[in-house]
Amino acid sequence: MNPTIDELEKTYLKSEIPAVNTGDTVKVFVKIIEGNKERIQAFEGTVIKKHGAGVNKTITVRKVFQGVGVERVFLINSPRIDKINVLRRGDVKRSKLYYLRERSGKATRIREKIETK
Amino acid sequence: MTLGVIGKKLGMTQIFDEQGLAIPVTVVKVDKMVVTQVKTVAKDGYNAIQVGTIAAKEKHLTKAEIGHFKKNNLENYRHLQEFRVENPENYKVGDEVALSVLDSVEKVDVTGTSIGKGFQGTVKRHNFSRGPMGHGSKNHREPGSIGAGTTPSRVIKGKRMAGNMGNERVTITKLKLVKVDADNRLVLIKGSVPGSDGRLVTIVPTRTKWN
Repeated sequence: MNPTIDELEKTYLKSEIPAVNTGDTVKVFVKIIEGNKERIQAFEGTVIKKHGAGVNKTITVRKVFQGVGVERVFLINSPRIDKINVLRRGDVKRSKLYYLRERSGKATRIREKIETK
Repeated sequence: MTLGVIGKKLGMTQIFDEQGLAIPVTVVKVDKMVVTQVKTVAKDGYNAIQVGTIAAKEKHLTKAEIGHFKKNNLENYRHLQEFRVENPENYKVGDEVALSVLDSVEKVDVTGTSIGKGFQGTVKRHNFSRGPMGHGSKNHREPGSIGAGTTPSRVIKGKRMAGNMGNERVTITKLKLVKVDADNRLVLIKGSVPGSDGRLVTIVPTRTKWN
């Protein structure tokens, strides 16, 4: 990538983004603008995919809501994302957890990552 | 063509607007632009200014070009281009063309040379349909009939055939001008722009009307 474009992108990057990895359980707070009112909506689920770099970095979060699988893609540097809380670190052996789409219930459990120092 | 700017296409990225929406933008870097000649109706038959940009070494220029710059005590430029203007008396040789020509401009026309695709068949070049790939068919990507036989016993002019694709002058009109960064001399245009990264593009205020 062109160094000038990198410089330009830096001005649009957020200074604080928590380190999110696939397998983590996260709660994403999204700003929603309705008319001229602004409110914050939370979306909680498992990160199944990380994509892109720089300004274009996105995460895909999956949850099962009323028996229906819901996946949302979040552009994590967007000003519309208020904050991202990592609730639980997951220990997975894939970078993309597409296999969760074919599973339900107990089979979708992910082992918790235990930090070793 | 009104006065615009000439810049180098650096590539694409995305930025966020005030509402937090991501906008795809092309980044164009504008080098120093200097008026190298003023053309008037009286002398040349039309009103225009010639602009030079991208500094060059003498070894890359012809003697005629070097003489053209030396005559007016200018630095050497690699790229010369004319812009038609209405009142050439406002400009004089040696003036710098500032990025402020794009101030209060909402939409722009961008001209560049499209990416060369080489020699391409009719399917890619003119969106012809291809034949069946199986069932004994040997007509996969053929152009089909190119006309009648004995009468007229020639192929009509303009028949779409295989040939060189791309690498031609293309103008895209009514692109939204997102931002002009005068400090870093960058112009951000919404959407894509003709040509590969590193090629020169011309940005002028749009001449097309829009709603």
